[in-house]
Amino acid sequence: MTTETIFAGFGGQGILFAGKLLAYLGLYQDKQVSWLPSYGPEMRGGTANCTVCVSDQPIGSPYVTDPDILVAMNGPSYDKFIEAVKPGGIAIIDSTLVTEECSRTDIRSFRIPSTALAAENGLPGMANIILVGKLLKETGFAVLEAVRPVLEKIIPPKKANLIDANMKALAIGMAL
Amino acid sequence: MERNLMKGNEALAEAAIRAGCKCFFGYPITPQTEISAYMAKRMPKVGGVFLQAESEIAAINMVYGCASSGVRCMTSSSSPGISLKSEGVSYMAGSDLPCVIVNVMRGGPGLGGIQPSQSDYWQATRALGHGDFQILVFAPSTVQEMADLMGRAFDEADKYRMPAMILADGLLGQMMEPVTFKVDEIQHHDASEKPWATNGHGNKRRHNIVNSLYLQAEELERLNFERFERYETVKKELHEAELYKTEDADIVVAAYGSVARLAKAAVDRAREAGIKAGLVRPVTLWPFPVQEVREACRNAKRVLCVEMSMGQMIDDVKLALDCRIPVEFYGRTGGVVPKPTAIFEQIKLLSEKEAE
Amino acid sequence: MPEFKKPNALTDVPFHYCPGCTHGIVHRLVAEVIDEMGIEGETIGVCPVGCSVMAYDYFSCDMIEAAHGRAPAVATGVKRGNPDKFVFTYQGDGDLAAIGTAETVHAATRGENITVIFINNTTYGMTGGQMAPTTLPGQVTQTTPYGRNPDVEGFPVRVCEMVSTLSGVALAERVTVTDPANIRKAKAAIRKGFEFQKNKQGFSLIEVLSTCPTNWGLSPVEAIKWLKDNMVPYYPLGVFKEGAIR
Repeated sequence: MTTETIFAGFGGQGILFAGKLLAYLGLYQDKQVSWLPSYGPEMRGGTANCTVCVSDQPIGSPYVTDPDILVAMNGPSYDKFIEAVKPGGIAIIDSTLVTEECSRTDIRSFRIPSTALAAENGLPGMANIILVGKLLKETGFAVLEAVRPVLEKIIPPKKANLIDANMKALAIGMAL
Repeated sequence: MERNLMKGNEALAEAAIRAGCKCFFGYPITPQTEISAYMAKRMPKVGGVFLQAESEIAAINMVYGCASSGVRCMTSSSSPGISLKSEGVSYMAGSDLPCVIVNVMRGGPGLGGIQPSQSDYWQATRALGHGDFQILVFAPSTVQEMADLMGRAFDEADKYRMPAMILADGLLGQMMEPVTFKVDEIQHHDASEKPWATNGHGNKRRHNIVNSLYLQAEELERLNFERFERYETVKKELHEAELYKTEDADIVVAAYGSVARLAKAAVDRAREAGIKAGLVRPVTLWPFPVQEVREACRNAKRVLCVEMSMGQMIDDVKLALDCRIPVEFYGRTGGVVPKPTAIFEQIKLLSEKEAE
Repeated sequence: MPEFKKPNALTDVPFHYCPGCTHGIVHRLVAEVIDEMGIEGETIGVCPVGCSVMAYDYFSCDMIEAAHGRAPAVATGVKRGNPDKFVFTYQGDGDLAAIGTAETVHAATRGENITVIFINNTTYGMTGGQMAPTTLPGQVTQTTPYGRNPDVEGFPVRVCEMVSTLSGVALAERVTVTDPANIRKAKAAIRKGFEFQKNKQGFSLIEVLSTCPTNWGLSPVEAIKWLKDNMVPYYPLGVFKEGAIR
């Protein structure tokens, strides 16, 4: 069983980090994982996306065109990927930035105002993590407390103060 | 052993250090710059050398000097940078020097693009510089293999006194996967294993000369003959491919590197659709795994070569099969990655053709 | 009286240089310095492409033949892998100041602990006397048959002056070998370069104004005179930079 997820948005929204978090969660569950970023010449502000595969088997193609799950954090990314989500799949959408209602009825879609929620809760830049929280809840991939040791592993020591903020953001997402 | 989640470029760099690479000479170019960045961070901590050269040309010539003195060393670049290095690679081949060169390929020709590509196959296996010579070429397909083949490339390069290349692409360089390093400790290799090295004779031997200049035509010819005899030995000893579901395959896909993974997904899909498909994935590109390709295609009615290029490995596949089986091609180029679904469609098409 | 004999750091292979060419003198000076410092076993020399391409047969230390212009990069590779060994390059003007300018400038600015022996004879000797980066204005060569015209071919490069602006340089000195007094000065400069290297004090470059009687179309004696009358005024002798960088 392989779960393929595309995270997509603007550069600077933490798209790549959100994907890494999911990949590491898989790694620490002894799953096979792959994390594949799009890369471009822009260092800031361009479009960014990454694909994360988590599987019980060795991963064939890390390159995915029809994901099981889409996490979309801006309009262009939503437009680009929403039709590609597999029937029965999941779309988690930052409704603060994606105004369009999801018209697909063959997938489960969740519109979460994560950018606004992040700002309201004093968690600037953590809209991505709120969405990961929602993803974990809807997939049952990991419980909240299982994430802390992973965050401790991947957040460098000098940014350790961000671990609690990440946990708070995840909790918000999981509560929705 | 610990599973680390690493980018292909980083896994390769760490594996090189563990394989005893003491000096890294690089120059920034997308999509391989993580190798330099990793080396810059790690090398000083393990007593090694990281140096950012003024050019690709200088970097490969630093490798030439360093390898001459018997030190394990390497450089890495991406397609346009490899073209610049070709002068130095030819000199190293002509001087029988071991080293490792990494090419994380991007689209070309010219400045091309920065997205993944396999369009330097000809360059790597046919003409990485002027003159009669070959280099060893390894093609990893996973991040784990990026690490595994790195150490192997150093060993084989030393064994045969040849430059070795890791031919990867932007997809493999940039993606993260779990990797387990086979060796925990950093291996040490020193010049005492290389009696030909120019590292100072210490008044204990005659002077060594590292050189590729031979003004007497007959002498140069003799050296080239000797070198090509060695290549024949290499061809016998070093050839490797992965065979996947080929035993009963009617349609065999031939693909290497990251594309082989996409092809594998397509083969699985074809099997689900009742098509007897298989995959042969060359791990060594030079020497090309002729026997393995023949073995994989033993029962094949058609072969599909899939590449991220306009079709470069396909020549070697045809030669391996003596053109006895039709070999068709599907490729995307310029940095476009072929979709597994598109590869599957091609397999299906061939299967239908065969049924007619 | 000390006996006059070939330095140990030179092999017995006869030089192939033309009569009156000063390469032989400069080879000898480098070899004498290596002998006097007792470092032959610890020294690696890097040859260029040009007339001194086969210097690897003449020096008895370990030798490497580099591609055209790349000697400073090759030397960098040797030195970084073997920081306690002595590494020198021996390069002509085309090699060092045309095709290898980038390698020269960057090895210098990095302060590589290597010694560069730079032979400036204003011409590409091995290929038969074409314009070099150091060919003087008005000088006739095979590729400047009407004399080097700065409006067309640009101006000569003054290498010592150029590299003396770089912080990594411990020694930039121009010498010549036209007469015994200058030969002694040249040897002292080469020795200084190796001493800076020994103490890991930075990059050293010794530019030696040299003759090419064959391609200049002059006798050896006329060539010496031509050098003094034409090259020295354009390329003044002396120290352009001296002092440890570290």
